[in-house]
Amino acid sequence: MGTYIIRRVLTAIPTLIVISMVIFAILKLAPGDPLAQFAANPNVPPEVRQNIRRQLGLDDPIPVQYAKWAGEWVQGNWGFSFASRTDVQPLILDRLGTTLYVIGLSYALALLIAIPIGILSAVKQYSIFDQVATTIAFFGFSLPTFFSGLLVILLFSVRLGWLPFIYESNTAHDGLLGLWERLKFAALPVLVLGFFQAAQLMRYTRASMLENIKLDYVRTARAKGLRERTVVYTHVLRNAMIPIITIIALNLPGIFSGAVVTETIFRVPGIGSLLINSIQSSDTPVVMSVVFITSILVVVFNLLADVIYGVLDPRIKYS
Amino acid sequence: MADVTKASRAGAAPARGLAVAGGPKGRRSRSLWSDAWRQFRKHKLALTGTFLLLFIALMVTFGPLLYPTNPTAIDIPASIEQQVQGQPAFSAAHPFGVDDLGQDMLARIFVGGRKSLLVGLMAVIVAMTIGTLVGAMAGYFGKGVDSLLMRLTDLFIALPQLPLLLLISYLYRDRLRDIFGLETGILILLVVVIGALNWMPVARLVRASFLSLKEKEFVEAARCIGASTPSIIFKHILPNVLSPVIVAATLGVGAAIISESTLSFLGLGFPPDVPTWGSMLSNGRDQLILPWTWHVPVLPGIMIFLVVLSINYIGDGLRDALDPRSRI
Repeated sequence: MGTYIIRRVLTAIPTLIVISMVIFAILKLAPGDPLAQFAANPNVPPEVRQNIRRQLGLDDPIPVQYAKWAGEWVQGNWGFSFASRTDVQPLILDRLGTTLYVIGLSYALALLIAIPIGILSAVKQYSIFDQVATTIAFFGFSLPTFFSGLLVILLFSVRLGWLPFIYESNTAHDGLLGLWERLKFAALPVLVLGFFQAAQLMRYTRASMLENIKLDYVRTARAKGLRERTVVYTHVLRNAMIPIITIIALNLPGIFSGAVVTETIFRVPGIGSLLINSIQSSDTPVVMSVVFITSILVVVFNLLADVIYGVLDPRIKYS
Repeated sequence: MADVTKASRAGAAPARGLAVAGGPKGRRSRSLWSDAWRQFRKHKLALTGTFLLLFIALMVTFGPLLYPTNPTAIDIPASIEQQVQGQPAFSAAHPFGVDDLGQDMLARIFVGGRKSLLVGLMAVIVAMTIGTLVGAMAGYFGKGVDSLLMRLTDLFIALPQLPLLLLISYLYRDRLRDIFGLETGILILLVVVIGALNWMPVARLVRASFLSLKEKEFVEAARCIGASTPSIIFKHILPNVLSPVIVAATLGVGAAIISESTLSFLGLGFPPDVPTWGSMLSNGRDQLILPWTWHVPVLPGIMIFLVVLSINYIGDGLRDALDPRSRI
């Protein structure tokens, strides 16, 4: 097991290096000059522009530029944001906190909804409850987040006036009242993201439970005279949760994509809205770092999913 | 709901085997496809989804011919009526009203739907072609080819999808627009990029099937009669792995439509003056506040939802119909 983890980590590193090269190449091969704003300015003579280019290393071959960037990046020097006039690293780390807060809350909500409903749906297969739940789940993951976001704004903000639809991280009050306000601001983005995730997780939970319920060990447990509750909750559930937990780990980076959309709709100052703004203002250092950080998240969570699977399921042998 | 008909299927299975083997007169033998169709018909929601999707596809294809209102023509009186007088501009001229600029909603939904459906369909064709080729080569040739192609697949899986889609679409749109023109350029860009980031699950699926099928007797037989390698791959093995590919392709169309709408919604897909369902929804966002204009963003959103929902139900039905294991 230990050697397996070490080997997986060692293969993850070249993957990340190749990914960073791909992203770097996409950015570098794109048309457009980073000094285009100077080109339009008649006060900057061409010689000065040439000097700036040379100083910034823009005339170096792309592999050399990449090596310089990578060397600085691993040391924590992520560059300077042209649009925000600050260093990239504190900017991103600051925004990352907000994103993780919203994503964390919505994932918690999704788990709280999806797993109990998934279990009940499987236990009472074909009942009215099951049919309603699976239908709602089907609707839930057919509803793109940008549309469900608008619908909840329409319902809870415009019509009912219960919840704000523009996120604010600074609250006027302290203590419990402040916490309540913070929760209210996060409510709609969390609801939208959480519902979408819950719909998928509920289907997986139900399918995984159903797959296990018809297996022989369940019949054995029943034949021993165990109570139905013991059979379902200690025997079936424990085995059914193994794939679910890996899916949870695998889906976590995916929820980040949903965060890009919801952060844009609700103006959450997170890493997703930072990405959109930076792309639109051609803020290359920020774009590069944000995209690369999401790749790191994907690779790390894929690795975690594999490792967790091995820990939970002793039948898996790593060679 | 997938398993509703299992009990009846179990009873039908032996009878079917007899019919094919004995072949009594009056009973036609069933092909894989007619058999799949019989199963598919039992899935009522999938059938409803098929009809709904067909209806929407026909509507957006032929709608503009029957309803010749120009989707970019600006009707200022109707716009003023809606914005200032506080009532939706539903009229004979504009059955679904107008947007904030006074452009006809119905005509825009037709034209926008063409774009959304076209991008979804073409992106899936790209993804399935790449995925099938990569998977077939990896599975059939094995060894070095396999490990190389699977490394590539793993790499693509680790790429962050949406950020890259946004980035590539933003960086390369101008160049493609210069080469192919405004609409076609963006269309090609979206199709290629969405397709190129979604072929990996199919490649894995096809590879797994190829790995087991290439050892089967019928492949050996084909090789014995001197069939060429491409003929073995495409004529003999590939038809046997089509079922899961078809299911993945169906569900992929829905995912691709959502990708395109998401990009347009974030302002990085088609430009705002080319209507698609995503950009209509995005442009109409500010109209949500007023009780008489909220239909402007909600109508295109409902269209996206209906199409994706139908596709998901069709995919569900196809999975039941094409996967023989689910019938045992």
